[in-house]
Amino acid sequence: MASKDGISKTLYDKLWEAHLVKAREDGSALIYIDRHIVHEVTSPQAFEGLRLAGRTPWRVDSIVATPDHNVPTSVTERASGVAGIEDPVSRIQVQTLDDNCDEFGILEFKINDQRQGIVHVIGPESGACLPGMTIVCGDSHTATNGALGALAHGIGTSEVEHVLATQCLVAKKMKNMLVRVDGKLGVGVTPKDVVLAIIAKIGTAGGTGYAIEFGGQVFRDMSMEGRMTVCNMAIEAGARAGMVAVDDITIDYVKGRTFAPNEAQWDEAVAYWKTLVTDEGAEFDQVVTLSGDEIEPQVSWGTSPEMVVPVGDTVPNPEGEADTTKRSGMARALAYMGLSAGQKITDIHLDRVFIGSCTNSRIEDIRAAAEVARGRKVADSIKEAMVVPGSGIVKAQAEAEGLDKVLVEAGFEWREPGCSMCLAMNADKLGNGEHCASTSNRNFEGRQGYGGRTHLVSPAMAAAAAIAGHFVDVRQWLK
Amino acid sequence: MKAFTQLSGIVAPMDRANVDTDMIIPKNFLKSIKRSGFGKNLFDELRYLDEGQPDQDCSGRPINPEFPLNFPRYQNAQILLARENFGCGSSREHAPWALDDYGFRCVIAPSFADIFYNNCFKNGLLPIELPSSALDSLFQALYDNEGFTLNIDLAAQTVTTPAGQVYTFEVDEFRKHCLLNGLDDIGLTLQEADAIREYEERVKAQRPWLFGATASK
Ligand code: SF4
Repeated sequence: MASKDGISKTLYDKLWEAHLVKAREDGSALIYIDRHIVHEVTSPQAFEGLRLAGRTPWRVDSIVATPDHNVPTSVTERASGVAGIEDPVSRIQVQTLDDNCDEFGILEFKINDQRQGIVHVIGPESGACLPGMTIVCGDSHTATNGALGALAHGIGTSEVEHVLATQCLVAKKMKNMLVRVDGKLGVGVTPKDVVLAIIAKIGTAGGTGYAIEFGGQVFRDMSMEGRMTVCNMAIEAGARAGMVAVDDITIDYVKGRTFAPNEAQWDEAVAYWKTLVTDEGAEFDQVVTLSGDEIEPQVSWGTSPEMVVPVGDTVPNPEGEADTTKRSGMARALAYMGLSAGQKITDIHLDRVFIGSCTNSRIEDIRAAAEVARGRKVADSIKEAMVVPGSGIVKAQAEAEGLDKVLVEAGFEWREPGCSMCLAMNADKLGNGEHCASTSNRNFEGRQGYGGRTHLVSPAMAAAAAIAGHFVDVRQWLK
Repeated sequence: MKAFTQLSGIVAPMDRANVDTDMIIPKNFLKSIKRSGFGKNLFDELRYLDEGQPDQDCSGRPINPEFPLNFPRYQNAQILLARENFGCGSSREHAPWALDDYGFRCVIAPSFADIFYNNCFKNGLLPIELPSSALDSLFQALYDNEGFTLNIDLAAQTVTTPAGQVYTFEVDEFRKHCLLNGLDDIGLTLQEADAIREYEERVKAQRPWLFGATASK
């Protein structure tokens, strides 16, 4: 994007230019990839493709691997490692990842390594993902890492192979969008509510073709983990990449992490990272603004992440929608969800509660859930309420703070780290017709199990729903 | 990727329109961790009389005697004659993988689904579009002549019958170049290997912390 003065650049422009290996005539470009995170589901065929073609990874030290999508999360099934995985397909995938990493000398956090966890959690947590990097992974929520001031996006299996073999991605430059949220969030309003409110406003295709930068006071005040939650769901707004400019919060977060720059390189790195902000005067192709003060806790009622309303509202009426395609989409969603127009959100009763996923499984999320759960009990009508930490390190931290005890005492299950019920590739699934308050990122039909009905919410809202048995405005409990 | 230049091979028929990717390789085989070995399950539901399982040895399964690929005369076919909209359905690359693994190098049809068409080129398979009338004649010749073969010359963009009838076809120049030289997307990028190395050297000097951090841990 050309800026008014021809010099000012957006954060995305800067990241793109810093990684441009070669612009091709057809408008595509070769972009250098600094960090490649690999998991068990989208990598086996990529490794096999490499072998069939007689190729080897271009730069092994750029790769970090971990199994997450279909590792079991129950303590018993997890106890005996890979061999103990009951589902044969899952077991073979995890075993194959181990074999491939061993064969090529790739650093892997194996199933019961404490550093294992969800790809988008372990990257920033270990310092493997840093500000200013290009980061890819074969999962569409890779934009999570954009919170660091990095260019991060998901890729498919053939691209995984391409990056393994060449360290580059063939890409086209996206357009620039700024989503600015000014003001201040109220108590009990979380980053998850912010991103759901953004998606409700711009729609699931609103960001298509754009790289979104999240700016404004709300993001300046937000913790790194909160920024990750927001960037994580950029894809649900249609954007492959979401990012937040570097500031002191970013740098403090990175400091001391295992793979962060060593002391000799630190000052130089920080000086560079501080340039990773959008210049004054840079122009965006599109700007969307929201007021942080007006955002309330959100609950999704339908089968698309844009079908979301504040908790105090009612399920919308399709009849009120002028657009016919949208209207029929809403009607279909209501039928699938077993809800009726006008029903109060707080009257939606739940069968299960899932707190976890790369959107909300970091320590701050667990703390938020535990704070609500402390001294309370999960409602009898809830069949299962589980908390699945995003990594072994999150789990250990939570246990050190005694949060696991608080949660277990309240009647939650405390699980081993993994993607779990986010996509139901392992045994953690919803039954047909069951309603689930979930802190994950997708409420598509069948995402959490055949016929399952997902409501996307924040960790605090999910914990409160578990205790009440239906949705409640968690702000009333936090006063 | 295998280069495709010239091919003289046995032809087999898939005489129906809208053959989708599920028909080419049914969904339950997609959980595999491999991209090879799908050939034995190509057209699984049509080829066998029982329900196939992933990783199963197919040699003892009851075959459907009415399905042409099971006819002795079409064994070792490398060229598939097909009808409209071949390859519609999913975007996964398993369909070309299965065709390739079975031994096909070329599919001739009046039209193809877009994504499948693209995926063929990425996997060393040549999809050729010919007019429906040409397909009608080719199917006829195939049914009339046991051991029917075709000669395909990608450089000349021709399909030639044993009787000397020549059909010409269109193909994008760039895709043709890649296929003739066996260049997949990765091969193409690797032609820029020097530019990638230069970039790395430059960045190593500017931002050294991007390299090697994970190697020692
Ligand atoms: S938690 Fe869900 S969205 Fe995140 S990486 Fe795992 S499967 Fe993908």
